[in-house]
Amino acid sequence: MQKDFVKLDALLERYRGKKGILIPMMQEVQDLEGFLSKDTMRYIAAKMDIPAAEIFGVATFYSMFRLKAQGKHIIRVCKGTACHVSDADGIKDALVEHLKLPDGENTTSDMRFTLMEVACLGCCSLAPVIMVDDQTYGKLTPEAIPGILEKYSF
Amino acid sequence: MQAITVKVGLASCGIAAGADEVYRKLENYLMENVRPVKLQRTACIGMCFEEPIVELSGSEAGSVTLGKVTADNIATLVEEYLAGGVPSSHVILAQKQDAPRNALLANQKRIVLQNCGVIDPKSLEDYEASGGYQALRKALTMSGDEIITEVKESGLRGRGGAGFSTGLKWSFAKNAQGPKKYVVCNADEGDPGAFMDRSVLEGDPHKIIEGMVIGAYAMGADEGYIYCRAEYPLAIAHLKVAIEAAEAKNYLGNHILGSDFSFELHIKEGAGAFVCGEETALMQSIEGKRGMPTIRPPFPAESGLWGKPTNINNVETWANITWIILNGAKAFHAMGTEKSPGTKVFALAGKIAGSGLIEVPMGITIRDIIYKVGGGMKTEKPFKAVQLGGPSGGCIPAELLDTTVDYDSINATGAIMGSGGMVVMDSGTCMVDVARYFLNFTQNESCGKCTFCRIGTRRMLEILTRITEGKGVMEDIDRLEDLATNIIKGSLCGLGQTAPNPVLTTLRYFKHEYIAHIQEKRCPAGACTALLKYEIIPEKCVGCTACARKCPVNCISGSVKQPHVIDQDKCIKCGACYKTCKFNAIVKG
Repeated sequence: MQKDFVKLDALLERYRGKKGILIPMMQEVQDLEGFLSKDTMRYIAAKMDIPAAEIFGVATFYSMFRLKAQGKHIIRVCKGTACHVSDADGIKDALVEHLKLPDGENTTSDMRFTLMEVACLGCCSLAPVIMVDDQTYGKLTPEAIPGILEKYSF
Repeated sequence: MQAITVKVGLASCGIAAGADEVYRKLENYLMENVRPVKLQRTACIGMCFEEPIVELSGSEAGSVTLGKVTADNIATLVEEYLAGGVPSSHVILAQKQDAPRNALLANQKRIVLQNCGVIDPKSLEDYEASGGYQALRKALTMSGDEIITEVKESGLRGRGGAGFSTGLKWSFAKNAQGPKKYVVCNADEGDPGAFMDRSVLEGDPHKIIEGMVIGAYAMGADEGYIYCRAEYPLAIAHLKVAIEAAEAKNYLGNHILGSDFSFELHIKEGAGAFVCGEETALMQSIEGKRGMPTIRPPFPAESGLWGKPTNINNVETWANITWIILNGAKAFHAMGTEKSPGTKVFALAGKIAGSGLIEVPMGITIRDIIYKVGGGMKTEKPFKAVQLGGPSGGCIPAELLDTTVDYDSINATGAIMGSGGMVVMDSGTCMVDVARYFLNFTQNESCGKCTFCRIGTRRMLEILTRITEGKGVMEDIDRLEDLATNIIKGSLCGLGQTAPNPVLTTLRYFKHEYIAHIQEKRCPAGACTALLKYEIIPEKCVGCTACARKCPVNCISGSVKQPHVIDQDKCIKCGACYKTCKFNAIVKG
């Protein structure tokens, strides 16, 4: 993707001189570019006069920050306690199987899906739960997975 | 025909269950058909297991709440109510007659959740109509010390889990020197299985704002932050709307309601780190740094955000303030127990019939919560344990079901009150696996600052994984206990200090399960995959070949109409045959 420096610079300028800005600023940059590349992080560091190590430190500390490009649709598997005791592992296995994820990767090779685990989506009464983009699917069985993926395979 | 009001519950859980579609369908229906119906949005009444939930009111039949409503039947149900009757099906709560869930609600005491699922959270007018911002008006006629004395005498203790006296905490911040002070609301609800704070923020955001303004006035703070986890987009959206509305009516901002007091409130979104629920880590995160805990003292009351005196309370604690100011310390102290007054909100989840959000007076027994408020077990499998306090808490077994809910009694069991997550487990849940699950969680979320927490939890996780795979030895139990003691001693913050609790409580009450895994290589609950064994009972097998065709590794053999056999060496324990068999001829053990 071609970098949109005009948008990025305008975004950074809005944060200049304010306190406690690093995390919301990086979140907004990530929303703009999809993920935080090393180049982007170095660029922010130089532009905002923040040590690159500090930016990288924050980016690796918080799970919301992504250092790699991700698929078009994000699938979040809830691993909360209620989901765990309702066989969330079986749901995850079914997803891995149907997405045919390459070993050690969480994004499909056609860049359509990225699979993530989240600690808890807070819909415990619907366990086990997954969230595809902003849509939540509850009371799942491994058999229901292909039908859900089908909806996003365009 | 009388005009009626229809309220659709549109909190996260309702939306996930399809409430959005119900709302849209009814909206369209009312556009096409002129009916005397006022359609409103509300949040979560707490009965998540009945979502989508719709409340009908305004007719002579009294208010009626419907559960498991669908987009297909909503119009019919509303028409039945409009005609003057009570809908023939889907009724869960009713004002003037018996309904299946009436009793569950009757056993609750709702202070914090008073408005949740009743008012439209995006409407300041709704909040005002239910007595909103009256507490602030009253507080502004009192002195800061008077307010703090009131909160102290109410006996309110921190609802985030530790249970420290809120009034005392406020007095520390009040007495701290300096012209600049902060108040913070900790809404970084990270415990898996807990969603109390989400529901309050989504359902009644003004209550938190009003509580914080009162606290800031009492302590002399002029700026505040609500630190909310980013996984709660709806809560953040509702808070934003509420803050804007409060600013427009001068409940926030300069010279609040004509007084000398000014207060500015910001929302800070988290970025996904469980440790940020710890107060010193949370402040680091607000400042834009890695959320790593710092040494106390200095306590936040002396040196907190940007080195200034800061008071941090949890969402539910803030939500109790308006009630205390309006009704007085005595009335609050009259509820609950002597040392733990008031109520507590719990999120019920797991193998319980009535999963959802409840609020009960302190002093109730856990048994009553599960059977009288939560509707009992979900399936026929018997109760085994209830997990309280998430990754920092522990499992309370069946023999301690009569433990009363107050800080001290729960601590005595080895669990903690925690923020209010209550996950019910039945005989199908393996306690070693539960301990492993929580250690996996804390190990992932350890910030890495303290060696014992960083490496100790990893070693514990390795041992627990080994045991669930049938590779454990008896010495492992001693190793777990030894590591637990040292992690508790050698960690700076609450995350590390409480991380071993799930292991220690399961060892205390369910040691026999550990021993079964180690000595007999057997998982009594039948949950640990590696220890499972599927077998075909020859007398029951009719030789239909369904299992053999389903087996992904072709390890089931046998002729048609003859009993089949599973080759145990090749079996990968996927359970496909077990689910396929229509004759109950396959047993799991």
